Amino acid sequence: MTSLDRPRISLLGTTAMLFEAPGTFDLPHQRRIWALAVTASKWPGIREAIPGITNLMLTFETLPREVDSLIAALNDGWDEAQEFAIGGREIELSVTYGGDIGSSLQAVADHCGLSVDDVVSIHAAPLYTVFALGSHPGYCYLGGMDPRITMPRRQTPLQRAGGGSVSIGGSQTGVSASPGPTGWHAIGHTRWTFFDPSWPTPAALAPGDTIRFAIDRVIR
Amino acid sequence: MIEILSALGPTSIQDLGRFDQYRFGVGTSGAMDDVALRAGNILLANDENAAGIEIPVTPFKLRFCRDMAFALTGAEVEAEIEGRAIPPWWRSHARAGDILSLKAMPRGARSYLTVCGGIDVPVVLGSRSTQFRGEFGGLHGRPLQPGDILPCASASCSIGELGVEPPDIMLARPNAAADEITVRVVIAGEYDAFDGATQELFWGGSWKITPQSNRYGYRLQGPAVKPISPIEKRSHGIVPGVIQIPPNGQPIIQMRDAQTSGGYPKIATVIRADMWRVAQARLGGRLRFEQTAYADALAAEAEMSAYLDRLRSDARLLEELRTCR
Repeated sequence: MTSLDRPRISLLGTTAMLFEAPGTFDLPHQRRIWALAVTASKWPGIREAIPGITNLMLTFETLPREVDSLIAALNDGWDEAQEFAIGGREIELSVTYGGDIGSSLQAVADHCGLSVDDVVSIHAAPLYTVFALGSHPGYCYLGGMDPRITMPRRQTPLQRAGGGSVSIGGSQTGVSASPGPTGWHAIGHTRWTFFDPSWPTPAALAPGDTIRFAIDRVIR
Repeated sequence: MIEILSALGPTSIQDLGRFDQYRFGVGTSGAMDDVALRAGNILLANDENAAGIEIPVTPFKLRFCRDMAFALTGAEVEAEIEGRAIPPWWRSHARAGDILSLKAMPRGARSYLTVCGGIDVPVVLGSRSTQFRGEFGGLHGRPLQPGDILPCASASCSIGELGVEPPDIMLARPNAAADEITVRVVIAGEYDAFDGATQELFWGGSWKITPQSNRYGYRLQGPAVKPISPIEKRSHGIVPGVIQIPPNGQPIIQMRDAQTSGGYPKIATVIRADMWRVAQARLGGRLRFEQTAYADALAAEAEMSAYLDRLRSDARLLEELRTCR
């Protein structure tokens, strides 16, 4: 077995640990991450187990005296993790592509050697799965983007991007829930409330939910 | 109650933070210098998680609407009430109508005002800290403005004065130069993706804190630190202290209002016990990084705990002494 087949586990200073699964960015791997999250969240000293994109962050309630046993537990947990198929709900989000908020639409088209219309139709085609929440309150990382519209993250992050912006970062896509800094490229926007701290569960969407983007219009 | 009379920078209400909402994309917020907030609350015999006001810019002015014990901790400030100088790291007493004025901040970057009982804004998702990005917590989820009235929990506090030794004396570490602060870091996931010469640049650098540094992150300026080949990580959780290297090679230290996840490569993470040092580093100042093993980071934590324990026991002893008399 080569090292590529094994997870990567690293410290995030003294307050958290990161587990990165080997293999591809796909739903079967993500389902095993969700399973590992359920298991690891019950371990003593763990505050939260937070899925990322085929990875998992553990935050510490109490700092572990040593980290080797936690690393071993994560490795074992991954080997035992079965695919956890969460049956989420499906929502449709109406998107205005391009315009002021989606100002990188042309740049993504140029980078990928596609027309603006191609980028839009490729982006709106799949049924995306919410892989994880993160970044800022209510933000969802989506799996299922067509690799033809991959675009590397920005060289220097932007200090501020609009709320509701639909953007691409590397081979991932997502919708920002509020205005803020970003290293991604916005190609459109949507109006929808993703987060409200007064709701019993503050985020509208959860891992396992699915999203379909509907093309409202394309501003060139 | 307290009325804000003047606030220039992003002054905000913070407690120790919101630590268990990462799964909804909600970061910790909380006092950048949590040691200073704790010390202020210890001086007032408050719950150590009671909310205070984080003041990053002077001049700052507020009016106390009733008699109240308070403390200023964190940065060294020139402060006064009605012409009377108020020393930092000291418990003082204000009468109704008194105006507290912070005129200058000769050292450090953030001052904390704690009051007896704490600032009594509603607890949202487990904390009173201001979540700027989510626009909740604190006072309406935003920075404080002149005219804001802050509710204070009513609590009976001792009114005698009392001071404590600040951590920059008690937990002093050798810094290479004035206006340069050395912080300890544990190496992170992508450290080995940088070649030896580049790693040396990172350790050897005296990193300038640019004006684009704030509660979200400290953007540093120095030699370009670039991995052997470009890295695009899948998005994963990050915590305050993580030092990301965006493609321009200029490190960013994630701070309390940072995003909860990211994908830039991570070279190292500032240990929790040194985050207050970063929080008190000024714009234009310099940081240097010192590699630390996890076991040594735990020792630094223990040292921090011992310092706080000493404050707690000193404050308690002094109260007992007073009641005896």
